[in-house]
Amino acid sequence: MTQLRTLIRFLSRIEGLAVAGVLALLYVVFITTSPEVFLKPRIYTSFMQTISPQLILALGLTFVITAGEIDLSFPAVVALAGFVFVWSYQNFDMWWGPWAGLALAMLVGAGVGYINGVLVAIIGVPSIMATLAAQFFWYGVTVLVADGKSIALTGIREEPIYDLFVGRIHGILPDQRGVPVGIPTQAVWALGLTILLWLILNRHKFGEAVMFIGDNANVARVMGINVEATKIRLFMMMGVIAAFAGVLLTLDINVFFPTQGEGYLLPVMAAVFIGGTSFAGGVGIIVGTFFGAYIIGSLEAGVVASGISGYWVQLVKGIVMGASVVINILIGQGRMAAFNERMRHWGLPIGGPSIAAPPPTDSPT
Amino acid sequence: MSNGSSEYALQMVHIEKYFGLVCALKDINIQVGRNEIVGLIGDNGAGKSTFVKILTGVHRPTSGELYVAGRKVDLRTYSVRRAHGYGIETVYQDKSLGEKQVLWRNFFIGRQITLPFGFINVKKEKAVAQEIMMNTIGFRGRGITVDSKVNKLSGGERQGVAIGRAMHFEAELIVLDEPTVALSLKEVNKVINFVHKIKEGGKACVYISHSIADVYEVSDRFIIMDRGEIVGDIKKEDTSLKDLDAFLLEYSHGLRDQKE
Ligand SMILES: Nc1ncnc2c1ncn2[C@@H]1O[C@H](COP(=O)(O)OP(=O)(O)O)[C@@H](O)[C@H]1O
Ligand SMILES: [Mg+2]
Repeated sequence: MTQLRTLIRFLSRIEGLAVAGVLALLYVVFITTSPEVFLKPRIYTSFMQTISPQLILALGLTFVITAGEIDLSFPAVVALAGFVFVWSYQNFDMWWGPWAGLALAMLVGAGVGYINGVLVAIIGVPSIMATLAAQFFWYGVTVLVADGKSIALTGIREEPIYDLFVGRIHGILPDQRGVPVGIPTQAVWALGLTILLWLILNRHKFGEAVMFIGDNANVARVMGINVEATKIRLFMMMGVIAAFAGVLLTLDINVFFPTQGEGYLLPVMAAVFIGGTSFAGGVGIIVGTFFGAYIIGSLEAGVVASGISGYWVQLVKGIVMGASVVINILIGQGRMAAFNERMRHWGLPIGGPSIAAPPPTDSPT
Repeated sequence: MSNGSSEYALQMVHIEKYFGLVCALKDINIQVGRNEIVGLIGDNGAGKSTFVKILTGVHRPTSGELYVAGRKVDLRTYSVRRAHGYGIETVYQDKSLGEKQVLWRNFFIGRQITLPFGFINVKKEKAVAQEIMMNTIGFRGRGITVDSKVNKLSGGERQGVAIGRAMHFEAELIVLDEPTVALSLKEVNKVINFVHKIKEGGKACVYISHSIADVYEVSDRFIIMDRGEIVGDIKKEDTSLKDLDAFLLEYSHGLRDQKE
């Protein structure tokens, strides 16, 4: 019993493990209900392809939420960045056209982020308002400059940038009836970004500043953190990340359309919260976000493939998100012991392992 | 009095601070000796914390001059980081620790031990934090480690961390802004002992409180503030606890105002 308790305490310290468990459970359910789909690699490569832009956005948003802020303007940046990329690709008809497009798109993303950051950090507009306005504004700008039209990227598949960001890596997964199954490159980029951003949040001065600001901006300030500059950098980082995701998406589907990214707002936020990052700020869980994005992105295809009517998709998403958030709160914050206590109090001896209960604190106020 | 001499750890000359139209500090002139404990007393809203924040580089004064160890400070570029560089450490009542952050991060926030490219040397920070906890603070048992989060600590333990941090960085001047507000009597004694240690160590301290009883024992001199102004600067040998109490009472009842 005590061994089990120690084991659980140890496991609960591993970042994102509970969320990974939820994802595994989900796949077990999918495999049981529709093995013909979920025992083949194709569905997974399809997930990697569609989920990657959302995952990248969710990683950036994890930083923003950790700082106690929110950014609702990233869908507009996904669209605007796509336009800038396509525009550059078409207007600079040279080998470097698409590369300049990527650089310009990220520059525009940084610019949008800079304006958000100044509004929030210097002028003091709450980020939910500033970035909501920014979402309308930049979406409007995109529609205007694109004249409301979609633009196809003819010939982009022949460019090296296509292979680099959204190509396929063959030779790792087994062929399916002679047809090769490749891993989408964007999934590798997303994984690389997950690792990089984990390091920046947990091992870099910038990440530490973000956590302390989300925890208590006054403490951060008196301890010598430049709160304003850090927030501006944070929104700029989110802008650059959103632009990168926008270019990936545009490249992947070979076409820019002005409403691209529009449907991302809620699933991306859900991915962050499923991952265990708290809306209260101060704590950010990058690994959780990674699995959270895969959970939210797998549900739709999974539910449909399971033969359940598509009408159930939203409802199942709600259940999974609700359950994940509850699990995170119980396990992640060491409330399990208190929870058991309450269960016993109600005469429900579930007798689960107790995880270090917070000692009574005489909190100074 | 304002130049070159290094008999003072700190001098403030004609410091004023406005928040918009609100005047929080008016013509503040203060000297703190190299090995002096100054008790700064005043009611809530007197401007004590504003004084601290100017001294420690959090706020920029509207006008005036600041000297640290006899050197004039360039107030346009003064910051918390620079104040740390001058050996000024601060322990706040409740806002010097990140609640949801682990202890080792709290020891080094704002002046991390870094590897190239701004990455944190976690191993080294943890080792030093461990050393501070064992030797400087004397934390034992209760299962508190450098990986514990601050919100698992009692008020006294938190203050211990903040004080241990100040001691570790070898301050020349330690500012304590109402450090005992949330503490039990036993924990208050620890803070008092700490102030005695500052004196013995030859360093300076500004101990802020709204209650005279707190600071009387440890202070060499008392500065009394009222509504942004210094209204009294009294050496300990020239007064008694009773006289000081009476003096303060006059202010809190507004009697001085009527006499003017
Ligand atoms: N950041 C700020 N913005 C505006 N007014 C402030 C600010 N900080 C302090 N004040 C005002 O300055 C005065 C002095 O406050 P403070 O220095 O905190 O007093 P004390 O620490 O002595 O209780 C108060 O009237 C307070 O409202
Ligand atoms: Mg105060």
